[in-house]
Amino acid sequence: MTEIDEHKTLKPKKGERQESFRNLSDIEIKRLYTPEDIKDLNYEMDLGEPGKFPFTRGAYRNMYRGRLWTMRQFAGFGTAAQTNERYKFLLEHGQTGLSVAFSLHTIYGYEADNEYALGEVGKEGVSIDTLEDMETLFSSIDLSKISTSMTINGPAAILLAMYIVTAEKQGHSPDLLRGTIQNDILKEYIAQKSWIFPPEESMRLIVDTIEYCAKNVPQWYTISISGYHIREAGSTAVQELAFTLADGFAYVEAAMERGLNVDDFAPRLSFFFNAHNNFFEEICKYRAARRIWAKRMKNKYNAKKIESLRLRFHTQTAGVSLSAQEPENNIARVTMQGLAAVLGGTQSLHTNSFDEALCLPTEKAVKIALRTQQIIAQESGAADTVDPLAGSYYVESLTNRMEDEAEAYFEKIAELGGVIPAIKANFFQKEIANASYKYQQEIEKSERIIVGVNDFQLREPCSTPILKIDDQVSKDQIDLLNKIRKNRNNEMVKEKLEKLKIAAQGSENLMPYIIDTIREYASIGEIVSILKEVFGTYDEDSIF
Amino acid sequence: MSENRKIKVLVCKPGLDGHDRGAKVIARALRDAGMEVIYTGIHQTPDDVVNTIIQEDPDAVMLSILSGAHNALCPMIMEKLKDNGIDDVLVAVGGIIPDEDKPILEKHGLMGFQGPGTELKEIVEFVKTNLKR
Repeated sequence: MTEIDEHKTLKPKKGERQESFRNLSDIEIKRLYTPEDIKDLNYEMDLGEPGKFPFTRGAYRNMYRGRLWTMRQFAGFGTAAQTNERYKFLLEHGQTGLSVAFSLHTIYGYEADNEYALGEVGKEGVSIDTLEDMETLFSSIDLSKISTSMTINGPAAILLAMYIVTAEKQGHSPDLLRGTIQNDILKEYIAQKSWIFPPEESMRLIVDTIEYCAKNVPQWYTISISGYHIREAGSTAVQELAFTLADGFAYVEAAMERGLNVDDFAPRLSFFFNAHNNFFEEICKYRAARRIWAKRMKNKYNAKKIESLRLRFHTQTAGVSLSAQEPENNIARVTMQGLAAVLGGTQSLHTNSFDEALCLPTEKAVKIALRTQQIIAQESGAADTVDPLAGSYYVESLTNRMEDEAEAYFEKIAELGGVIPAIKANFFQKEIANASYKYQQEIEKSERIIVGVNDFQLREPCSTPILKIDDQVSKDQIDLLNKIRKNRNNEMVKEKLEKLKIAAQGSENLMPYIIDTIREYASIGEIVSILKEVFGTYDEDSIF
Repeated sequence: MSENRKIKVLVCKPGLDGHDRGAKVIARALRDAGMEVIYTGIHQTPDDVVNTIIQEDPDAVMLSILSGAHNALCPMIMEKLKDNGIDDVLVAVGGIIPDEDKPILEKHGLMGFQGPGTELKEIVEFVKTNLKR
């Protein structure tokens, strides 16, 4: 029998239903915002026309009147052949770009039969060991016609090399390729934890990809500087904004130290933000991000090209906001989060599927998530004018406030000596752990209500069908890997790996060497092992 | 177990899964509830987990897995504990554990299965009431 818990009332005060109203960054929200709150706002300097400095109102003049955002659903599971089927399904249903989720063993650069890969193969993403897997993954998909985002960090240079060689085998030169590698290692140490090498060596590999792409793959986005994972790990919206942009500036500085001209690489940096529950807070976060980036790129790094100042971003709705209880409610959450991303001017969007607190999404759930975007785009009218919330006393005031709080964090990070020293001092990790514990306690005390989780609960068993990845995937992947090991020219593999090792000991750009190993079907695991011999590995303190 | 000794808990992240938000929040909640908590950090192989259990001798072990690797990793940990003659430690697993996997894990002696949305006080209570010593 279904029973509904009694509605929990929050402590009321002076005719209001709770003592104070605070957003997820713990900023107190006032009863009313008036012209007084934005009396210092200067339209030209603080907002500007969309597509013009400081880009607060949007990255482009026409925004969605010109072209809708790219609807890009993150997908990958099982073997390359299985994921290739899902990609074709998504493309047939109107998706406009691909986004690859990799298996954990690929993410860490282990072969499928490594001890660490036990139980993980194909569970969280598609399992890739060698070029052969990559060729299967994009079989019958013309790489000169689509853009592909690859969520890969530690071994990003290796996966990019595989993509380039796969395209080459399809007959396409690298300058035609469009896509993104996440390649954002700093947020791995801060939040997501899938690093391989120590920070300094990882930064070298990242700058190698930036430098290589600037010359050879000019349409490629070399880093997707990501706040998504920082937020998922438990940060507030302000922390997500501040830590992500701080990472972005650290990459700019690293590339400039290599001697690269800021305007030669900055246009190919992009961002990736979360869309969480608090609607206006999220919109203000995106608007503040554009303004902070534009101002610093211009004033501190002397960037001249408009593309260097223009922050573009992908958004994914907050996985962590999805409830396992009454999972259908997640459709409503995702709709609002997706709408916030659109009103904040996102360039591409992944809407989560309602069953993702339980499993990788089923085909039905993915279709609803994609349809949600199409409904926002075609039916809501939200895409018909640019930055419709500009000028709102509340939105402008909160945008300013988020910028100020981010600036305060930049100062703290600078005091610690920059992003890498701050990582080593566990600064970000502690800030995030504190914020996530506080959030959880607020839910426990019912100071924050999550419908169906700590209020209005329906006590009924969950009956959502789930997607299971069976253990046959692991066996199949290991068989494929063994076949490659037998059929390739192992002498050549050894030779190319040795050349890569020697190059890694010096200071040359490693991309051409990595590409050479890929052409010989060296596995990601073999390439990463060779690089570990030179670069070493990294352990963090386990703080909580 | 005597009333005045603190309950000792090992919070653990087996496998390659880096989703450590839940593990850290639970570690802190157990500490705030007066328990002695050790957090292993991420990337623990079954051997790492068992070695830490042998060294630290906790009353309870809380495994957190969100990657789907629980069916491979958890039974292996339980087998290795048995091989080492350890049978008085509460071993619980939480994270994303589908209902249909629970009976298999239970057969290996695992308990808990706390998923997303579980209240922290429920987890504290679970540890207190299911200790084996």
